[in-house]
Amino acid sequence: MTGRRLAAVAAGLLVAALLLLLPLTLRPYGLYLMSLWAVLTIAAMGLNLTLGYAGQVSLAQGAFVGIGAYAAALLTTAGWPLGAGLLLGVGLGLLVGWLLGYPALRVQHHYLAFVTLGANTLVFLVLRNEDWLTGGVYGIAAIPRPTVLGYPTDHPLAFYYFCLGVLLLVGLGLGLLLRSPWGRAFEALRENPVRAESLGIDTRRYTLLAFAIGSAVGSLAGAIYAPLVQYIDPSPFALGLSLALLLMVVVGGAGRFFGPGLGAAIAVLLPEWLRFSEGLYLILYAVLVILVLVFLPSGLVGLADRLSARARGEGR
Amino acid sequence: MAETLLRIEDLAAGYGRVTILRGATLAVAAGAVTTVIGPNGAGKSTLMRAIFGLLPPRAGRIFLAGEEITGLGPRELLRRGVVYVPQGRNLFPELTVRHNLELGAAAFRIPDLDARVEAMLDRFPLLAERAGMQASVLSGGEQKLLELARALLLDPALLLIDEPSLGLSPRTTAEIFGILGGLRDRGVAILMIEQNARSALGMSDFGVVLDQGRVALEAPAADILADPRIGRLFLGGGIG
Repeated sequence: MTGRRLAAVAAGLLVAALLLLLPLTLRPYGLYLMSLWAVLTIAAMGLNLTLGYAGQVSLAQGAFVGIGAYAAALLTTAGWPLGAGLLLGVGLGLLVGWLLGYPALRVQHHYLAFVTLGANTLVFLVLRNEDWLTGGVYGIAAIPRPTVLGYPTDHPLAFYYFCLGVLLLVGLGLGLLLRSPWGRAFEALRENPVRAESLGIDTRRYTLLAFAIGSAVGSLAGAIYAPLVQYIDPSPFALGLSLALLLMVVVGGAGRFFGPGLGAAIAVLLPEWLRFSEGLYLILYAVLVILVLVFLPSGLVGLADRLSARARGEGR
Repeated sequence: MAETLLRIEDLAAGYGRVTILRGATLAVAAGAVTTVIGPNGAGKSTLMRAIFGLLPPRAGRIFLAGEEITGLGPRELLRRGVVYVPQGRNLFPELTVRHNLELGAAAFRIPDLDARVEAMLDRFPLLAERAGMQASVLSGGEQKLLELARALLLDPALLLIDEPSLGLSPRTTAEIFGILGGLRDRGVAILMIEQNARSALGMSDFGVVLDQGRVALEAPAADILADPRIGRLFLGGGIG
């Protein structure tokens, strides 16, 4: 085993131990934050596929989280199992994401950002105004937590492990997808669509797929978010969440597999760690994020790469 | 003429309201190099794009090994062993040499992809030395070599290559032509477009002169080289 691989395995084991054992020591609020991290990581992984791997800007990922959350909330409060809500949420995410891909066939970059921003606002307005379905500003309360393989997940620790399990499955699925020809096609699309075409890649199809799959993963995250918070209203799914998810992808490292996990950790945990500064914490948070963006354009995963390359260089 | 691999009949294609290719008819022999020459605007690149399905033909038919392929897309043509190396730089400059090679098979599930990439690196040691480097740091000749290697990853029967010498030094051009000759010796048919007409025809088996969207002359390359009308064509006049 090479030194690099050994270091990667050691880091993987450390993270796995942290994710499995640390929550045993946490109080309910800590467990909530860890669960929220898992949910946001899933949503950011979806955006990372659309933006980081396929190069399609989306400011609508928060809306897809909302679609999944409402699908799960509506079905589970009507007595259906969460699995049904997950399926409906992912199905709606695929469909709406596919439709959102069509503008991307005509416009790119900041124009596409504005189109997707409009889509986010549209979804938000539907969630807020169609109160016969969504409960409007009053939202949906008493969302039950699921029973998984006979085990209830009402306790925060049990629900955290459920979120972690879903994150693991999504990670495995996306990992396999990215190693397949689809993953290579997404990368070629991101790097240069015209050149990708001469390699036999149907850029139209892959653009739509990038939106559909990335959005569906966002909706999947939403379907877990609903039973995590157990009460939803439209406000968390406004543009702010889409921007936060974009931040997670970029700060973590767009187009890097572990980027969203790191980015989500920063977005969820850093504000908590900075609470000692009271009123200053948002300012400190903003400054830190700006520093990361200025000095680490390839994100935190890029920093890890740079450090490990330097360590290898010194070892010679 | 040897056995025909690609046959093009009365092919017309263009962009918007402009028809560039106006009924071109030509054949590409199996296991031979056929070079298309002609003045700027004659429709050479349009011909390649139409063959490879990047531009829908407006009229005419295309046959590969006797089977009609008119209007098929790039993916289907790649599946049938036709690869295309367009004019200019066609790499993904931010990605490594190895990553660029892998993308040659981006449209397909190839179980032995890693082995094929390694075989290609063995075949082109210059690329093997630079496998971990970003493609953008390669010289022009090395980049063209990488493009060729990427195209060969799918083990093609027919290589369409547009102006391989563009922007390259005479020495590098000779090296690229040498590689193309080696491919021909391995049985790969090549349809090449070249402005560098004399050098290209010098290493080709057949030549096609395209003028104003039609085939003005189709003959063994040596005959075209010896034809005094070619000089007139490249001096600005048409073939009488």
